[in-house]
Amino acid sequence: MIERSPLGRPLAHLLLIVGILIVAFPIYYTFTASTQTIQTILRPPLPLTPGSEFANNYGEALFGGIGRIGGVGVGTLLFNTTVMALGVACGKIAISILSAFAIVFFRFPLRMVFFWLIFITLMLPVEVRILPTYKVMVDLGLIDTYAGLILPLIASATATLLFRQFFMTIPGELVEAARIDAAGPMRFFRDILLPLSKTNIAALFVILFIYGWTQYLWPLLVTNNNQMNTIVIALKKMVSFADADTPWHLVMVTAILAIVPPVLVVVLMQRWFVRGLVETEK
Amino acid sequence: MAGIELKDVRKVYAGGVEAVKGVSLDVQDGHFVVLVGPSGCGKSTLLRMVAGLESITSGTIAIGGRTVNELEPAERDIAMVFQNYALYPHMTVRRNLEYGLRNRRIPSDEITRRVNEAAAILEIAPLLDRKPGQLSGGQRQRVAMGRAIVREPAAFLFDEPLSNLDAKLRVQMRAEIRSLQRRLGTTSLYVTHDQLEAMTLADQLVVLSAGHIEQAGSPMEIYERPATLFVATFIGSPAMNLLPIEPETASQLAGSSAVRDSLSVGTTIGIRPEHMRLVGDEGIQDDEIAADLVVTGVELVGAESYVYGVFGAQKAEIAVRVPGYRHFDGGTPIRAAAGATSLHRFDSKTGLRLDSPV
Amino acid sequence: MPRAVFPNRILPYALLAPQVAITLVFFYWPASQALYQSTLRQDPFGLKTRFVGLENFEAVLSDPSYLNAIETTLIFSLATAALAMALALLFASAAEKVIAGKGLYRTLMIWPYAVAPAVAGLLWLFMFNPTMGTFAYILRRSGIPWDPLLDGNQAMLLVIFAAAWKQISYNFLFFVAAMQSIPRSLIEAAAIDGARSTKRFWTIVFPLIAPTTFFLLVVNTVYAFFDTFGIIDAVTAGGPAKATETLVYKVYNDGFVNLDLGGSAAQSVILMAIVIALTAIQFRYVERKVHYG
Repeated sequence: MIERSPLGRPLAHLLLIVGILIVAFPIYYTFTASTQTIQTILRPPLPLTPGSEFANNYGEALFGGIGRIGGVGVGTLLFNTTVMALGVACGKIAISILSAFAIVFFRFPLRMVFFWLIFITLMLPVEVRILPTYKVMVDLGLIDTYAGLILPLIASATATLLFRQFFMTIPGELVEAARIDAAGPMRFFRDILLPLSKTNIAALFVILFIYGWTQYLWPLLVTNNNQMNTIVIALKKMVSFADADTPWHLVMVTAILAIVPPVLVVVLMQRWFVRGLVETEK
Repeated sequence: MAGIELKDVRKVYAGGVEAVKGVSLDVQDGHFVVLVGPSGCGKSTLLRMVAGLESITSGTIAIGGRTVNELEPAERDIAMVFQNYALYPHMTVRRNLEYGLRNRRIPSDEITRRVNEAAAILEIAPLLDRKPGQLSGGQRQRVAMGRAIVREPAAFLFDEPLSNLDAKLRVQMRAEIRSLQRRLGTTSLYVTHDQLEAMTLADQLVVLSAGHIEQAGSPMEIYERPATLFVATFIGSPAMNLLPIEPETASQLAGSSAVRDSLSVGTTIGIRPEHMRLVGDEGIQDDEIAADLVVTGVELVGAESYVYGVFGAQKAEIAVRVPGYRHFDGGTPIRAAAGATSLHRFDSKTGLRLDSPV
Repeated sequence: MPRAVFPNRILPYALLAPQVAITLVFFYWPASQALYQSTLRQDPFGLKTRFVGLENFEAVLSDPSYLNAIETTLIFSLATAALAMALALLFASAAEKVIAGKGLYRTLMIWPYAVAPAVAGLLWLFMFNPTMGTFAYILRRSGIPWDPLLDGNQAMLLVIFAAAWKQISYNFLFFVAAMQSIPRSLIEAAAIDGARSTKRFWTIVFPLIAPTTFFLLVVNTVYAFFDTFGIIDAVTAGGPAKATETLVYKVYNDGFVNLDLGGSAAQSVILMAIVIALTAIQFRYVERKVHYG
């Protein structure tokens, strides 16, 4: 056992508590604000304990429309964002697992060409090709559609590479045993590969769900119609310091509602998330 | 049930490497044939070509009289046991056994019957609901066997199935595989690099080297009359003693002059260690030849010992089996003799057997 | 032996089709458009377009506001990366020491990862904006003229804090993983050699996690370059007076607000070159990691 200075461990705990305060305080602060009246919010300093308006504010945001963003309720925003996050996560996983399957378990002409074609997309985030991508969306009539929100974001190589890496660790004898057991490629995919990929899929799902949920620039561009806004975009549209009418209490509620679902996903699926994070970056 | 017939089978890989150089082999219905050879001799490739996992460059393979060159592995009516077992890790043992049957749309009561029967034969019934990860190596081995048995195929193919087991389990499983195969009577083709395993299992032994068959025959035939120098040294442990005959060799040997005169330069004689004896006070018999050795070491293997020594100017290494335990210090001079009938003669250049021991 | 595969000839193309189609339509087509656009210039009325070769690049690179954006981006990225990594390393080394509550600390530490950058920016703005932010109120009460909506440096500080805050979780998880992978025996050997806790950290732990640190530096820089668009847009919109206008923000602003298509496309191409360079650096790192185990 290594000697520890008597202060070492309590000091470590203290440091971590400070860390958690730094990490959690902005969220707590906003939560507190979301339970106050707009008058309290506008008269700093803000009380450090939650106020009495929790039910009123959340009820108004969820079930009444918010004027600044075209009278759309937060419920609609949450729905849009969920569709987008699920669409990005599931879409990316689906197309990636299929293409990785093709690249690892078959030999065919141009295999490496396709691999590189996909691999190069690893390098370029949507942010750097934003204007031409936008033009493509206009040409295809995908503005203000869920497809428009989702499709450009699933064109990326990360998930394909992760699956490829995992598939390459599956012993070749398993493929051969399956062939002798009269399982064709698609049956092998369904009965053996998919079940074996469960944890990888879960890990990717968490990361991609967060990725989809937290998108900003892209949904900002492809949604003109307030009905199609994601919650992050709507939140940004609601905030204006120049304008005296900003419904601050609803802004705070919306901010909290924009935070809670992805945080829940990360915390509840922590085991897979941490694994997936460390593995996608390998 | 069916035999397996290979006619001039070749395998050339894309890079031009010829792994199998024209192998013809007739495996009779119900026989247990073992392909044995050092690693890289093409034995696994050959087995995988029979299974349909490797394409056949030329030649034909027939199973049960039906040419299977172009058939998928699933259509060849064979079952295979892999070295690493290749059990599906996420399925229970029962599901593992059922999988190939379900894919073939065999009625479920028939599947249940076969699985239960195989489980009873292999004594794995208590394991049916476990997953492969919860089994020991020996148990996995049984499940892998079970997966082959339930298929009731025309032939079993074994690809070094015992090499992942520890020595004791390997001996036990070897015996079980043998008795199981006798009981089921299913034609079996078995690949191993372990000559002892090959000897104990095979009805027919096929020794491969560098992509071709060196010799095929019953284990005793091959042991007693190795067709080439390669087979002579590969089969048997410790390996057969070899003594290349050089101009002065005959004069350095003692014993029967008729035998010594028959040793012609350019040949190699081989004598198994167990056909040699240490010469004591009784001296050399009439039909024996003898060599003076300098001891290099003694190996006790239990009921017997092997005395190792070097002979003459050639420093040829010779092993002599002696009963019980005899101790010699290194450097001790000893004399070892062998009867004329136990000599094997080979052409030193071609490696081919020249004649039977006189 | 080559990998065991299925012999089908057509099926793999069908399996690849969805990803390849999406990649072609939403990646290669726009990227080639960006390249093409970057060599064109439109007249002010958008009526005529002519080929100008590399002129757009020359114009962009000699534009003082672009050079300003480069400087802003560098300051912002390096400060964000340094702050986020230093804090994460501090907390991770503390987490290495504690035994009780390790899991709980980690659970609480990873929250910000799930917060959208734009929302992270707004959270900090709520606390620090002069109208209603409690911290702005406290700062002003203590005599500091705090107004990030008017003071460029203060605005920069605010976006750096917000950006670094969001990245702490990510760095924390990687540092913890890196420290856990250091063999216990090495630390024990150092302890036997008489190195005390602090010394052990700087002479053993820190050098051994250097690959992770370097990797995180690249990832954090890429993050600060691209993923912080939301923070900038939500908190400062590049202002005040372009004090927080980063390269990505400028691509967006020139393309969508000022409608300078050629200039924006040229900037996109430059950004692509930067990403490719950063990725190449990261790959060299990955290679090294493979070499040293």
